[in-house]
Amino acid sequence: MTGEQVIFLIVGAVTLIAGLMVVTVRNLVHAALWLVATLFGVAIVYTLLNAGFLAVVQVVVYIGAIAILFIFAVMLTRRQAAETGASVNPNWLVGAVMSVLTFAGLVYLLQTWSGFSKQAAAIPSGFDAINQLGNALTSPTGYVLPFEVASVLLLAALVGAVYLAFNKK
Amino acid sequence: MIPLSWYLILAAGLFSIGLFGVLARRNAVAILLGVELMLNAVNINLVAFWRYGDISMMAGQVFAIIVFAVAAAEVAVGLALVISVYRRRSTVVAEDLDLLKW
Amino acid sequence: MNFWNDPLKVAADWLTGIFTGWGMPSVGANVLVAFLGVLMLITILMVIDIFLVWIERKVVARFQDRLGPNRVGPFGLIQPFADIIKLMIKEDTTPDGADKVVYNIAPLLSMMSVLILWAVVPLAPVMLGVDLNAGVLFIIAAGSIGTLSIIMAGWSSNNKFSVIGAFRQVAVMVSFEIPMLAVLLIPTIFSGSMGMNAIIQSQDIWFIFLSPLAALIFLIAAIAELGRAPFDLAEGESELVSGYNIEYSGMKFGMFYAGELLHAFTFGGFWAIMFFGGYRFFGLEKVSPFLAIVIILFKALLGYWVIMWVKYTVMRIRIDQMLAFNWKFLTPVAFVLVMVTALMNALLRGAPSWLFITGMLLSNVIVAWVSMEFVRSAARQEREKVEGLKQVAEAHH
Repeated sequence: MTGEQVIFLIVGAVTLIAGLMVVTVRNLVHAALWLVATLFGVAIVYTLLNAGFLAVVQVVVYIGAIAILFIFAVMLTRRQAAETGASVNPNWLVGAVMSVLTFAGLVYLLQTWSGFSKQAAAIPSGFDAINQLGNALTSPTGYVLPFEVASVLLLAALVGAVYLAFNKK
Repeated sequence: MIPLSWYLILAAGLFSIGLFGVLARRNAVAILLGVELMLNAVNINLVAFWRYGDISMMAGQVFAIIVFAVAAAEVAVGLALVISVYRRRSTVVAEDLDLLKW
Repeated sequence: MNFWNDPLKVAADWLTGIFTGWGMPSVGANVLVAFLGVLMLITILMVIDIFLVWIERKVVARFQDRLGPNRVGPFGLIQPFADIIKLMIKEDTTPDGADKVVYNIAPLLSMMSVLILWAVVPLAPVMLGVDLNAGVLFIIAAGSIGTLSIIMAGWSSNNKFSVIGAFRQVAVMVSFEIPMLAVLLIPTIFSGSMGMNAIIQSQDIWFIFLSPLAALIFLIAAIAELGRAPFDLAEGESELVSGYNIEYSGMKFGMFYAGELLHAFTFGGFWAIMFFGGYRFFGLEKVSPFLAIVIILFKALLGYWVIMWVKYTVMRIRIDQMLAFNWKFLTPVAFVLVMVTALMNALLRGAPSWLFITGMLLSNVIVAWVSMEFVRSAARQEREKVEGLKQVAEAHH
């Protein structure tokens, strides 16, 4: 077993456990903090995949903005600090069965695919992923249209969020 | 070296955990947390396919970036909705919001 | 390659030789050497941090026409050690109803968010942790961990003042991240890279001469990110007692305090790297890496001094003024500046360097002048509105 595999197994286990904590802990601020741990794990997985830029963007966008937004929302939507009532709804058992079935089905489907246990090709020397990504995002033959649509979507979300959360009184 | 299957299984696990969160949690904010987990699982898959496929095709990373943007938009609007609902109904428990049910 | 030209590599090779000589596998030896390097960097930083306490207290004393610490040791140099001993032997309290785990992690995370910044700081051409090709973004990423530590500290203390302080601080940090990220793109445009070392290497002309406005915006956003005056309303002693760290005592408070000082020093360093040529100073850095370290530390201290200068001369502003300042002024100006700079960079690509510098400088001056005109006309309208309301009120009487 190589060092990389050991790192992957540790990070993967931590990510999955933190993910389980997100959906099971009662205290929602704790759930949001476990989400931060999960997101860190995913960022490390990106680094293992040689996508360092995406790892940094993951930390900036998810932890710096989305997780903080979640913590704010949790604090703004409750009267007292303690949680009341059950944290899961009566159908949780069905949900659990469904998600286990989904996992089993996905793994079953994937292992019938021939490329399932493919190994990564070595990265050619001088390959600059950021440069390539930047070119792909802005070149007309690349993905400039999806990129622009995403920016319009963000603007629409910004306006919509302000409109929804704004207190008119 | 790590085979592609490990990443795919990790992503499938994370996706299923997120799905459980969406299906089982009562609090609307917690449901959104589950959605975030699912989006992250998708992103792991996209980046893994970029790395294990043709590395000069940037589609995987580009779509990961677009998923980031969509996730940010989804959280902003979703949490604004939750806060707006909380102002009117004083609750964020998803099953109490049943005005449209009969 | 001797010790004088590349000390880190020589030392690392020597240590690896020793460890493998003991029968250690080469992978293990490499990991151990890297770990020792990190340990050494952190130790040096913490020692610098101790003296930053002394520097800060001396400088603020001079600004306020006092002497500052001068009793313990020559020039009061031993004073920070006395402070540390005091912090260590203080009672370590945890408030009732605090969330113990989160409460105890927060100070560590706060310190960590500052220390990991140094992973990408090039101290000399050959001395740097990692030459990350997304180094500029890394600054923002580390800042978001700092934001997280503050909200954890404020929430877990179970105290309303600390929660309000944390909310304010987080609002400030999240919103000032945007102009900071925008102006960090300007050195990126000039150098064609996001790596710190590449940015320094391409500064044959310091970027402050190409884009002084960007340097100014970066400084303002950095001060806000640090939560220092005039943006220290998270602490706001008169309203909030002390902000998010109100419930912390002893060394846990010390972690926040030391983290804040080191953070300010670090951002002084980033200001130097982005706009003042980092370790470069008329070719002196080529003589020896040791000289390069002296140059960059001196420049970082200079930046730190500017941040202190602002802190101790400007007064605190209100949160609504600050957010309005960010969203209605700083962010638009930063975005316009990025667009103008990118456009000018494309237009002047093949131009001789004197034309390039003049063009860039002129475009900066024009952007600054136009934005000031906008502010003036907005202020005039506001004044006229207030005047009009006054006249209406008088007519009613």
